[in-house]
Amino acid sequence: MGDKILKIENFYAGYGHTWVLRNINLEIPEKKLTAIMGPSGCGKSTLIRCINRIHELNPEAIYRGHIYLNGKDIYKMHPTIVRRKIGMVFQKPNPFPTMSVYENVIAGYILNGIKLKKEEKDKIVEDALKKAFLWNEVKDVLHRKGTFLSGGQQQRLCIARALAMKPEILLLDEPTSALDPKATSRIEELIVELKKTITIVMVTHNIAQAVRVSDYTAFIYLGELVEFGPTEKVFAAPERKETEEYLVGKFG
Amino acid sequence: MNSRNRVVKDNLFKLFVFLLAALSILPLFLIIFQTVRNGISAINPEFFYKLPKPPGESGGGILNSLVGSFMLVILATAFSVPIGTLTGIFIAEVRNSFTELLRTLVNILQGLPSIVIGILAYLWVVKPMGGFSAISGAVALAVMMLPVIIKTTEETVRLVPFTLREASFSLGATYTKTIIKIILPASARGILSGIIVGTSRIIGETAPLLFTAFGNPFVNLNPMKPTDALPLLIFNYAMSPYEEWHKIAWGASLVLIIVVLGLNLLLKMVGKRWETKF
Repeated sequence: MGDKILKIENFYAGYGHTWVLRNINLEIPEKKLTAIMGPSGCGKSTLIRCINRIHELNPEAIYRGHIYLNGKDIYKMHPTIVRRKIGMVFQKPNPFPTMSVYENVIAGYILNGIKLKKEEKDKIVEDALKKAFLWNEVKDVLHRKGTFLSGGQQQRLCIARALAMKPEILLLDEPTSALDPKATSRIEELIVELKKTITIVMVTHNIAQAVRVSDYTAFIYLGELVEFGPTEKVFAAPERKETEEYLVGKFG
Repeated sequence: MNSRNRVVKDNLFKLFVFLLAALSILPLFLIIFQTVRNGISAINPEFFYKLPKPPGESGGGILNSLVGSFMLVILATAFSVPIGTLTGIFIAEVRNSFTELLRTLVNILQGLPSIVIGILAYLWVVKPMGGFSAISGAVALAVMMLPVIIKTTEETVRLVPFTLREASFSLGATYTKTIIKIILPASARGILSGIIVGTSRIIGETAPLLFTAFGNPFVNLNPMKPTDALPLLIFNYAMSPYEEWHKIAWGASLVLIIVVLGLNLLLKMVGKRWETKF
């Protein structure tokens, strides 16, 4: 299965007095794409929001257990450090509306107060936009507002913004659920290219999408990890009844 | 016959509503009409760059009060914007019983009679400083502006979607940086509208200036000295027994109305041009 970059151990998370996730144990392999699937409300979004510690932005948030990034417990690190190492892209494209395309890409550096020379910035922006398959479309409008782009372009801009920080892991929370089929397939092509160089954890509702892009699949049901393994195996011969029923569309 | 009756009644009611609506804006038109009629003859280039003449001499201008009003607005804005913006953000971001209380107090502050605010400024600033001054007038006006700035800031900060905060935090930004670099710029329109609404609220205020800025027949640029303002000049000149001064008061009223209308137009433009699309 290759090297494990992220280990989730006996992890519980929830809101107020209710645990949404119970006893999750999961090892995420490096430079592979792990899809997290499951019916609505099963806790899959909560799980990836715990991986970069934005779950705790909710004042009601509770959690217990350990998540190790390269052997270090992320809950013993400062959250801002964790979030720089583990980037995230959300369901709805959310470029910063007051910033240009260029500033959006470099936003991580601006927000962290990291001073860069003009040439360094130019290079980071160009690299990140190229990696996000967006450079050719926006290279002439770098100084226009990011919100003028189409939905799919905005989402790729958000991916570029996350990549610019050179994270070790990229979290994608249903990145195509707000996009049309054409924009979705562009993003999928991009993701397949990206997973060669970066570890990706992606929450998806879309079973076909998980088959198309992922190497490993984790199936979460009612807050518990029901099944985890190579995608072909989980889909071809699921070990658990719940997984099978979800895949054939009995619920979800 | 019954249905016909209903249609007639309906139309009568519509007419009634229309007439009442027209009636409610009639005073505005009467004020503008009257002010233009009496004030337009006082207005010439001299009016804007000369000082008032002694009674009996015709001509003269209102430079002292124009400069004074400008200085008062700038000072009041400088006092109220930093405090008001930060309070607005605080109320919008933090939800507990303290901010709930703060919100109620801001509403009360907005309802305080301006003359009372003037008395407070007299006690807090004029007395300790030992004399009337532009600063004390600006403090009184800033207190009047404060609730407007707080409320508009709070409303616009609320409108900034949570997803932008998430995006900022997930890049490793701290709370402070998120506020300064993301939330504040995205709320710029609201804060600017607040400043404009606040300015148009205080520009015509007379009562809080009577025993703070006091008035001054000369141009004053020292914030520690008494200063004139448009409404003070109008008040003093309209109360005088001299015909020439009445004319000046009308002219100054016209200028004041044009400024307020201009601010309202500006507000509309800001609303359209500066709108942040999320």
